[in-house]
Amino acid sequence: MNTIPLKHDTDTGDPLHPGADAICSIRDVSKTYDGGAVALEAVSLDIRKGEILALLGPNGAGKTTLISIICGIVNPSGGTVTVGGHDVVRDYRQTRSLIGLVPQEINLEPFETVNNTVTFSRGLFGKPRDPATIEKVLKRLSLWDKRDSQIVTLSGGMKRRVLIAKALSHEPRVLFLDEPTAGVDVELRKDMWEIVSALQADGVTIILTTHYIEEAEAIADRVGVIDKGRLMLVEDKVTLMQRLGTKQIRIELQDPLGSIPEALSQYELEIDGSGNALIYTYDPTGGRTGITSLFTDLKSAGLVLCDVQTHQSSLEEIFVDLIKGQT
Amino acid sequence: MNIHAIKAIYLFEMSRTFRTLLQSVVSPVLSTSLYFVVFGAAIGSRFAEVEGVSYGTFIVPGLIMLTVLTQSVSNASFGIYFPRFIGTIQEILSAPISSIEIVVGYVGAAATKSFIIGIIILLTANLFVPLRIDHPVWMLGFLVLTCISFSLFGFIIGVWAQNFEQLQLVPLLVITPLVFLGGSFYSINMLPPLWQNITLFNPVVYLISGFRWSFFSEGDVSVELSLAMVALFLAVCLGTIMWIFKTGYRIRN
Ligand SMILES: Nc1ncnc2c1ncn2[C@@H]1O[C@H](COP(=O)(O)OP(=O)(O)O)[C@@H](O)[C@H]1O
Ligand SMILES: [Mg+2]
Repeated sequence: MNTIPLKHDTDTGDPLHPGADAICSIRDVSKTYDGGAVALEAVSLDIRKGEILALLGPNGAGKTTLISIICGIVNPSGGTVTVGGHDVVRDYRQTRSLIGLVPQEINLEPFETVNNTVTFSRGLFGKPRDPATIEKVLKRLSLWDKRDSQIVTLSGGMKRRVLIAKALSHEPRVLFLDEPTAGVDVELRKDMWEIVSALQADGVTIILTTHYIEEAEAIADRVGVIDKGRLMLVEDKVTLMQRLGTKQIRIELQDPLGSIPEALSQYELEIDGSGNALIYTYDPTGGRTGITSLFTDLKSAGLVLCDVQTHQSSLEEIFVDLIKGQT
Repeated sequence: MNIHAIKAIYLFEMSRTFRTLLQSVVSPVLSTSLYFVVFGAAIGSRFAEVEGVSYGTFIVPGLIMLTVLTQSVSNASFGIYFPRFIGTIQEILSAPISSIEIVVGYVGAAATKSFIIGIIILLTANLFVPLRIDHPVWMLGFLVLTCISFSLFGFIIGVWAQNFEQLQLVPLLVITPLVFLGGSFYSINMLPPLWQNITLFNPVVYLISGFRWSFFSEGDVSVELSLAMVALFLAVCLGTIMWIFKTGYRIRN
């Protein structure tokens, strides 16, 4: 198994992006709940202005707790968080005005109308009444036709849209989406990613948590992995996949093999179940990949090749490896 | 000061009130009417006058207080308990709004609702018995103060309660007995001396006494003392609420 360099310090992994352009700075944040559950341990992270950051982690990793601390719902046990240069505890008015939160749970006043609920959120976040903005937000989320419907009459997907509309009602600069696509239909998921892209184009910074790794892979600029309250790493998605992803070559053979020939024992080779193929695993960033000598030695060993395929690890495989490596 | 947020909370809560106005008003009006029929007409006609007014008229201030107190506590406790229960409190906690502004929004809406109901009871009473209000400004002042301070008290209950049973318990076990024993239906002077002294520990006595004074210029205790006691109660509730938000007690954790 490949070894993965872990980061526990405050380094966000990229010397070209120091903390200065961070819209949100998290320093040594920890949280122990009243019952004694340790949800976060000394988490440090800089979120860059305008980026889409995906936080990946299994259930109970501490993703929601981290978001709740930044948004002011949960008091941290230690550490500091700033948003737009303001401390989230001391200057909460400034920081919270900048933030929109789409919570994980669907919490909505059941008997209010969509329009009232979204209008309420705008006021709550200190913005004057503005029906034109509310109309724009409702239309963007395909809720305009439902504006006078009571929340209780809406489907689950529609309720999720209302949550997003509420979060966008005061035109936030930083948007948190806590597992926005959990249990959501395909259409909404597609809409959601379009909205996220449009918001990013408007300069909004987006932080989302998800279980769906394909999502992070498809949309995020950077990926952070949280497990058991620790931030395991934060990395540009592309770098991450290059740095951590091993590659494999699958070599189809004409004649099946029982075991790996002595002459090839120096290579990291496995025999496919049927014996019809060899699988070679290598690190594409390691400088010397050993491919040339492998093929020379395959020839010397007298093996006849039919086909060759390469395979690059997906983020999912990287993620699973990372979590497994810790337990 | 986040005026927009206070307004948003206040209007959102008032919209709930107006959505359910009929049921909020029908039950207190009905029960007040029943009190008048039973105490005022049926039993009261056998009573002598109390403090210079007929018994039916005498009980009006106490009846209004009974309703206003119960309503304030239940409106305000429900107002803050419900968002906790369904989870919408999260949004409030993540908003750029101070604890004081949250309290002003919720307590303001709850107090407004009980004030409206108090006035409706007063008008209803006027249909049954002849009314006299000697000090209308004081009357309104006591009514507003009572609505606010008991809505604050209700807010505390709503934060403290862990389930709907606890939410109902306090109005039932604390408020109703205190109001009944606080001189709603009698003058404290009618009690034996020992009970007169014990009753003075009941804060509601001062409220009802002051409120009744604003109607008939007669009270069990002086109006200044009444006012001071209401102010004291208000201060205790405010202090408790400050403590709740400072510690995050049952809200932020
Ligand atoms: N309100 C709470 N009280 C006590 N423990 C909690 C509370 N919320 C979360 N936890 C615990 O903190 C840990 C992290 O939870 P959470 O932040 O919700 O993780 P995630 O969002 O990654 O699933 C879990 O062990 C969870 O049980
Ligand atoms: Mg979560």
